[in-house]
Amino acid sequence: MSVRVAVRVAKRVALYAAAVGFTVFAVFPFYWMFLTAFKQNRDLYVGATNLQHVPWIFNHPPTLDHVRLLFFGTPYLVWVKNTALVGLAVVAITLLVAVPAGYSLARLAGRWGERLGIGIFLTYLVPPTLLFIPFARVISLLGLQNQLGALVLVYPTFTVPFCTWLMMGFFRSVPRDLEEQAMIDGYSRLAVIRKVVLPLAVPGMLTVVIFAFTLVLQEFVYALTFISQVERMTLSLGVPVALVRGDVFYWGSLMAACLITSVPIAVVYSSFIDRFIAGLTAGALKG
Amino acid sequence: MALEREAQVPLARPAAAFRRRTLADRESVLGPLMLAPALAYVLLLVGVPFLLAILLSFSSATAGSLDFTWVGLRNFARLLADPQFHRALGNTLRFMLVSQALVMVLATTAAHVLDAAFVGRQVVRSLLLLPWAAPVALASMAWVWIFDSTFSVVNWTLKVLGLLPGWLYWFGEPGLATAAIITVHVWRMFPFATVIVLAGMSAIPQDIREAAVVDGAGFFRRLFHVNLPMLLPVVTVAVLFGVVFTATDFSVVWLLTRGGPYNSTHVLATLAFQRGILGANLGEGAAVALFLLPVLLVAAVAMLRLARRAEVGT
Repeated sequence: MSVRVAVRVAKRVALYAAAVGFTVFAVFPFYWMFLTAFKQNRDLYVGATNLQHVPWIFNHPPTLDHVRLLFFGTPYLVWVKNTALVGLAVVAITLLVAVPAGYSLARLAGRWGERLGIGIFLTYLVPPTLLFIPFARVISLLGLQNQLGALVLVYPTFTVPFCTWLMMGFFRSVPRDLEEQAMIDGYSRLAVIRKVVLPLAVPGMLTVVIFAFTLVLQEFVYALTFISQVERMTLSLGVPVALVRGDVFYWGSLMAACLITSVPIAVVYSSFIDRFIAGLTAGALKG
Repeated sequence: MALEREAQVPLARPAAAFRRRTLADRESVLGPLMLAPALAYVLLLVGVPFLLAILLSFSSATAGSLDFTWVGLRNFARLLADPQFHRALGNTLRFMLVSQALVMVLATTAAHVLDAAFVGRQVVRSLLLLPWAAPVALASMAWVWIFDSTFSVVNWTLKVLGLLPGWLYWFGEPGLATAAIITVHVWRMFPFATVIVLAGMSAIPQDIREAAVVDGAGFFRRLFHVNLPMLLPVVTVAVLFGVVFTATDFSVVWLLTRGGPYNSTHVLATLAFQRGILGANLGEGAAVALFLLPVLLVAAVAMLRLARRAEVGT
């Protein structure tokens, strides 16, 4: 009897230990960003050979100096603005292109819809790594180097395929009867889309907006290839590449930038992740 | 009465009685029209650059000039004789295989943990998602700082625990740099795989699991004979995406090591950037990047097969 209780207790302990272990591994870099962002320099730049100085905690009162420097002494706010502009433009293009395409594949393209849909989805697998070199050529031919326009042109190449796929799945889940009913009532197909289908697809479109925006924020390779002027950079390029003075990183401000940028995105993104995963695994889970 | 009217529908097209048919009704026109912008985008900005990448790899094109001289297989021949390229190809495979193996073990374990009921499960789940959701370039910078040669908290902790006699120069030695890169890949990818596996687990019918318990199957028996086989398709999806994301990753390696020390940690993506963009030799850069194609093709074929299975299943 007591052995059984011991085993059960051991199991619970192992479960909690594993949960804590995974959480610590996942969260540790964010905790480190937080510590670094608010530590005073004399607390921050103590060599790790000094075993008396514990780096895991604040040894001196926290400071806002790094955050202040980030906002008023670096181009951080310019990057925020650039990212917002590119993000908005890419989201708008993605919605305009992917929503009609998703509907067409789900309802109007018939037998071919399925294949075309999979085809479009597969282009999501063609990575920036393969395309940045030809794009470097194309962008310089178009005279778009160092222009945010280059990013606006190129980013939909990865948002459109995925969002078309998401919207296709979403439109499939709208009951056909609703649309047929409306058409019997005398609406045209287009009017049905506008008055019946789109209002029902608002959550789907919201997902598209979130994903297009986070994918834009995550992107690094294209930005690095096309943009070299500091004032034209986006957040995910400027923060790692341009927050240096000579060879010296300002680690405090750099980590403050990472923290302030990543955490809000991460929170919004994780609240939508289930839909994202449902999109990716649509095939495997049904099978 | 009602029956009569219904019977007339296909003949008399009653809609016409209320309203004339316009373009807005012609689905054979509307369908392609709504699809056209997306197809055009994909063809012009994924298809054409893709073909251009192949063309460039057979040319001596440079970033500065517009000339386009066909050099046949010379770029490929030079690469195949280049030890640095061999290293990059090997690294791409090594980083991918090692990190995916670790990710699968961690993700399956984490999914089993999250599948159990315990206090704070939702909190743990959302915290676990952070690494995947944060922008990879910024998260990589946090790791650069964590592995800093002078201020590394990893070194400090190991020293205090008495586990480290010397000193670890994380980005100064090829072996340590490799370990650092793989750590970051695993850290970033395991949450993603965990969520996918978890979604797969909740799709296993409860009665099958219960039947196994009733039949007296132990934990490992259930794991290897019930859960894992049922999870196989969904784990395959996780692995496929993981493979594609790690094999084609540029940011992690570039920000952590720039391919150093002594060009020992280059992967195909960073080598292509070094040669094609920084070295302005577009032709050679394109040729390097094209070696990723086999990985992508395998992934694409596997995805198609999964998709077809699902189609048959419905």
